[in-house]
Amino acid sequence: MESTAATKSKESYSKQERIKIRNTTLMSIIPGGGQFYNRQVPKGILFLLIFILFLYQLYATGLNSISGLITLGTTPGEDHSLFLLIEGVLQLLYIFLFLAFYVIQLYDANRVAKIKAISPSKVNHSIKDILFNVYENGFPYLLTVPAYILMLFAIIFPVLVTFLLIFTNYDFNHIPPATLIEWTGLDTFTTMFSINTYRETFTSVFIWTIIWTLSATTLQIALGIFTAMVMNQPFIKFKRIFGVILLLPWAVPAFITILTFSNMFNPSAGAINTQVIPFINSVIPFLKIPALSWKTNPFWTKVALIGIQGWLGYPYIYVLTTSILQSIPNEWYEAASIDGANTIQKFNSITFPHILAVAAPIFITQYTNNFNNFTMIYLFNEGGPGSVGNNAGSTDILISWVYKLTTGQSPQYNVSSAITFIISAVVIVVSLVIFSRANAFEMED
Amino acid sequence: MAKNNHKKMKNKRFWNQFFTYVYLIFMTVIIIYPLLITVTSAFKSGNLISFDLSFEGELTLNNFRRLFNDTLYGTWYMNTLMVAVVAMFIQVTIITLAGYAYSRYRFIGRKSSLKFFIVVQMVPTIAALTAFYVMALLVGGLDTHGFLIFLYVGGAIPMNTWLMKGYFDTVPIDLDESAKLDGAGHLRTFAQIVLPLMRPMIAVQALWAFMTPFGEFMLARFILRSPEKYTVAIGLQQFINDPRQQRVTLFAAGAILIAVPISILFFYLQKNFVSGLTSGGTKG
Repeated sequence: MESTAATKSKESYSKQERIKIRNTTLMSIIPGGGQFYNRQVPKGILFLLIFILFLYQLYATGLNSISGLITLGTTPGEDHSLFLLIEGVLQLLYIFLFLAFYVIQLYDANRVAKIKAISPSKVNHSIKDILFNVYENGFPYLLTVPAYILMLFAIIFPVLVTFLLIFTNYDFNHIPPATLIEWTGLDTFTTMFSINTYRETFTSVFIWTIIWTLSATTLQIALGIFTAMVMNQPFIKFKRIFGVILLLPWAVPAFITILTFSNMFNPSAGAINTQVIPFINSVIPFLKIPALSWKTNPFWTKVALIGIQGWLGYPYIYVLTTSILQSIPNEWYEAASIDGANTIQKFNSITFPHILAVAAPIFITQYTNNFNNFTMIYLFNEGGPGSVGNNAGSTDILISWVYKLTTGQSPQYNVSSAITFIISAVVIVVSLVIFSRANAFEMED
Repeated sequence: MAKNNHKKMKNKRFWNQFFTYVYLIFMTVIIIYPLLITVTSAFKSGNLISFDLSFEGELTLNNFRRLFNDTLYGTWYMNTLMVAVVAMFIQVTIITLAGYAYSRYRFIGRKSSLKFFIVVQMVPTIAALTAFYVMALLVGGLDTHGFLIFLYVGGAIPMNTWLMKGYFDTVPIDLDESAKLDGAGHLRTFAQIVLPLMRPMIAVQALWAFMTPFGEFMLARFILRSPEKYTVAIGLQQFINDPRQQRVTLFAAGAILIAVPISILFFYLQKNFVSGLTSGGTKG
């Protein structure tokens, strides 16, 4: 990994040198060959060893894994299709890593040969020199390797496996090792969209997911911005106390408050119906709100869910907006006042655009978070009440439906994988489009 | 005319202040009410099936006693602490190293992998639930804390590496450069020059990582199957889920023992967290 300054442009090598460089590169068709030729013996041995190990692994278990991935097992009760699938994907990853290594070592042989052609003394031969060189030039790679390895196994690999499951018939009728799983191509999608009950469930869940995402997130953002503007007024007394209270919904772990609310919204014994509504009725004359059927009527359950999410989610936006508001110069408002702008005009033309300019990416993540807000939906009422078919309750959003399809009585792993795929695609595409519009990808260098 | 205008202004200011305080008091009531219900219920005697706000009856510590004597709450708490501490150490080590590399070095694949981090952290954890299950079966990770820690840390890496890089960017690079001129190697520059300056930020990251297992529900529920392995979140859900058992007061007592320390940590950290987020969000 010598510095690139030691190489020169292609034309400046003599013909003989060029042939030599090409030959060195060609010798690395067997990894290590070029390195031996460059007289980097330890490196050559290491590369050759990696190559031999890879071949041995491929011969010993690898080829079996690949064929296992293709067939997913042949003997029911003996072959475990899922394990075969996972081992096959792992083997694909190994092969991919080996190919990456192969390209790198070809590149290495070529580059060292170039350096050797100009100044042979700059080529490292001893183990010590090579190790030092790795440390000196490979330091950032060494630092990031643990992160990559963990992500590979905790995120990329599982996502890959889930993706492959879409194209199988893995469901409650096909549970390995008793039964084999088979590749079924696009059948999962066909089933989902051609069988009426699935299509209806999917449509109904999807529509509520969109309504939920838009209304709950917009509510929490609006509430957050409004509260920040109220609190930003200079005359407020007890600002610190109000500040702490306003943050409490964020400070207390969400699962505690959701479970508390879930109990409070119990239609027969919960505090909302037994305490809050009677109190409102007694304070406001001529108002007679009856006890509402929270958690048993889909409409009122949805209202409660959106309200609670507003309660839970606004403090984050409030804190964010407060720090943005403090960065808006006061002169802008003064200038606007001189021009005769009223409060609403000032908000529309100064405050809101400024907030959006800074916080748009974060607002987007709020929308995508709620799109996937499993905790809220599942803990409040487990997606109930009632059912819209195929395990889904009337307040289930896509992600909690997926959870039920995976963990319920009659799991449909292939369908849940397909829905997950759709969810992820929607979230990623929407975010990417908006992120790149907001230039969040622009980096400093 | 001028006097009239002045009066109008004063009037307007009065109403503005009036509505401001009405709004703040309204919000205070809405926020405090459910929290106060939980707090008071924790000290109530008797078996309730649901919450409400009342100050009747004597206050007792019985619920806390029952929590530790008759239920597995103590075990759950220790489980959660264990998971939290281990996950915190692994996570902070990994993201500090990676964040430093992304902030200070220009290496092949740097930009594209940073973009990749943003995309990857958008994939919901649940996307891989089935795969997690099969992986856990394969390595015997079902019902173990080790596998849960692995999932927590792995899932937290992209977002937090990104944040950590942002924090490292705020430490002036001149410091490293002058250290390198003085002959310090990579490791010394990192460990002796930059790392000490980052201590507050690393502490913040560590505490956030520590707090996650106390509130995380879905993965814990999915991986941990036997009651003595539960974390507090799933354990407490059992108390309130079954109305016939009438253990709401136990839930309240257990909830307080989590909510109080977590909220204190939260208020301690909150300022740092927000400044990190805004700088991470706008600058990249």
